[in-house]
Amino acid sequence: MNEIAIISGKGGTGKTVISAALATIGKNIVVADCDVDASNLYLILLPTDYHSERFITGYKAVIDYRTCTNCGKCISYCRFGAINKLSDKVIISETDCDGCMLCTRVCPSVSVSMVKSDNSYWYTGDFRNGKMVHARLAPGEENSGKLVNVVRDQARKVLKETMSDIIIIDGPPGTGCPAISSITGADKAIIITEPTCSGFHDMKRILDLTANFRIESYVVINKYDLNVEVTNQITDWCQSNGYRIIGKLPFDTRVVDAMLNCKSIIEWMPDSEISIKIKSIYRDIINN
Amino acid sequence: MKIAIASGKGGTGKTLMSTNLFRTMEKEGVDVTLIDCDAEEPNVAEFISGKIINVKPVVCHIPVIDAQKCVFCGKCHEYCSYHAIIFLPPTRFIKVVEDLCHDCGACIEACKFDSIDQKEKQLGLITTYSCNKNTKIIEGRANIGIYSPVPVIKEAIKSNAESGLTILDSPPGISCPFIATVYNADFVVLVTEPTPFGLNDLKLSAETLRKLNKPFGVIINRAGLGNRDVYVWLEENNIPLLMEIKFDREIARIYSRGKILVDEMPDFNNLFVKLFKTICNLNKK
Repeated sequence: MNEIAIISGKGGTGKTVISAALATIGKNIVVADCDVDASNLYLILLPTDYHSERFITGYKAVIDYRTCTNCGKCISYCRFGAINKLSDKVIISETDCDGCMLCTRVCPSVSVSMVKSDNSYWYTGDFRNGKMVHARLAPGEENSGKLVNVVRDQARKVLKETMSDIIIIDGPPGTGCPAISSITGADKAIIITEPTCSGFHDMKRILDLTANFRIESYVVINKYDLNVEVTNQITDWCQSNGYRIIGKLPFDTRVVDAMLNCKSIIEWMPDSEISIKIKSIYRDIINN
Repeated sequence: MKIAIASGKGGTGKTLMSTNLFRTMEKEGVDVTLIDCDAEEPNVAEFISGKIINVKPVVCHIPVIDAQKCVFCGKCHEYCSYHAIIFLPPTRFIKVVEDLCHDCGACIEACKFDSIDQKEKQLGLITTYSCNKNTKIIEGRANIGIYSPVPVIKEAIKSNAESGLTILDSPPGISCPFIATVYNADFVVLVTEPTPFGLNDLKLSAETLRKLNKPFGVIINRAGLGNRDVYVWLEENNIPLLMEIKFDREIARIYSRGKILVDEMPDFNNLFVKLFKTICNLNKK
């Protein structure tokens, strides 16, 4: 089994485009879209979902004003600053509530209860080269890390069921909980960066994270020709820090054309330089 | 006024817009503060330099259970909504998993035997840079391995004492870090690109902002790539198009070198001044 996480730190470096390309080279592939905040991979892979399930992102405290005495005890206990008195009425701010339930426990009149937020879903489906697990976090909900865990665990289950041996994880940007959840248990991480100061900076941060988790990490410089000078800086840095660069992909607007046609670049332009290089990454790192 | 620059999709140009709006306002003589709320990957300081005038740690409080005093009643374990306390009664084992703790204080309230103390744990740093006389950058930077950047973001916003114009550079996505950033903004600018990915994520961001009742408008970056679907969608939904920036390799090159567009290509100055005026007008309505 080979579980590969595609991550980047910085957003928009090409994680999803490259994940889609890697997912459409072999057969019997399992793909997990772990960018549950802004999932896009399904726009290219167009899965036919055969299973969907609700996901509870969390619980929010709600006051029953029929019994609330306005004593304000909960206000002093809430460490999230979510409870305030507004014109003599105790109000809980839904966006600030972390769901810790402490207010329900300290309320003398038992007037606070928890309601669940369950408008998020995860799905399993078929796509042309295998199976895909993806999710949709309801706008503004939290706990995307936990939803990522579910997507990743389901992908592992599907892997067993289908006797497949490759999971490709399309990760979220950042270094926080969704990114951590995406790489937990992965065998290898492919870091997609771009030759910009911010891409370089964010790549170093994400490599710190994968090093903390002891995950074998490789670097791809996407759109390398947009600034060859920064590409060289990244290359030098990777060499002196022991990271292997497994591909330098050129900037190619046909990637957008492929996207508009719901195809990966491998399917759209199989003989383009970028496709040939991605196939070599596949042979080198994934199907190995 | 507080303006947040956000986008569902990463890499659409949030930092490009926020740093250029900041520099344009600075040139116009406006007192402006730019807060880098993308605490997982802060990049503003790569583009704008200043003198560090303050560095302040952001900490949370982690419970420490005194096994000598603990009677293993399990109440703290029961009160913890985050499963951060591992409790195995038969072996008298109790342990706090620091990474799962949300610093809510429930366990301390639960313990009737005074067996839980607290220690501080650093989550990140807030760095304030002074740029010129009246302009500042505040950067929130979460430590690597920290699960949630939200406390760092909230602290960065709170440490802004200025009442003038504030620009908030938001993290990508539509979940808690994004909400924490836009929550106190008067107006939100969503940056997108005219591709299916850009449009898909723009719809999610717009839906979230509608739920929050926030006024917002859209900037289309890399115009000319992709197709016209985003323009049609904006029109159909009556969402103001604030500005367009054409796709241009030269802009990508300037950005990649960590340079500011309005410094290198002064023609863009007017565009950003106009953007600010448009936002002010929309905000008055």
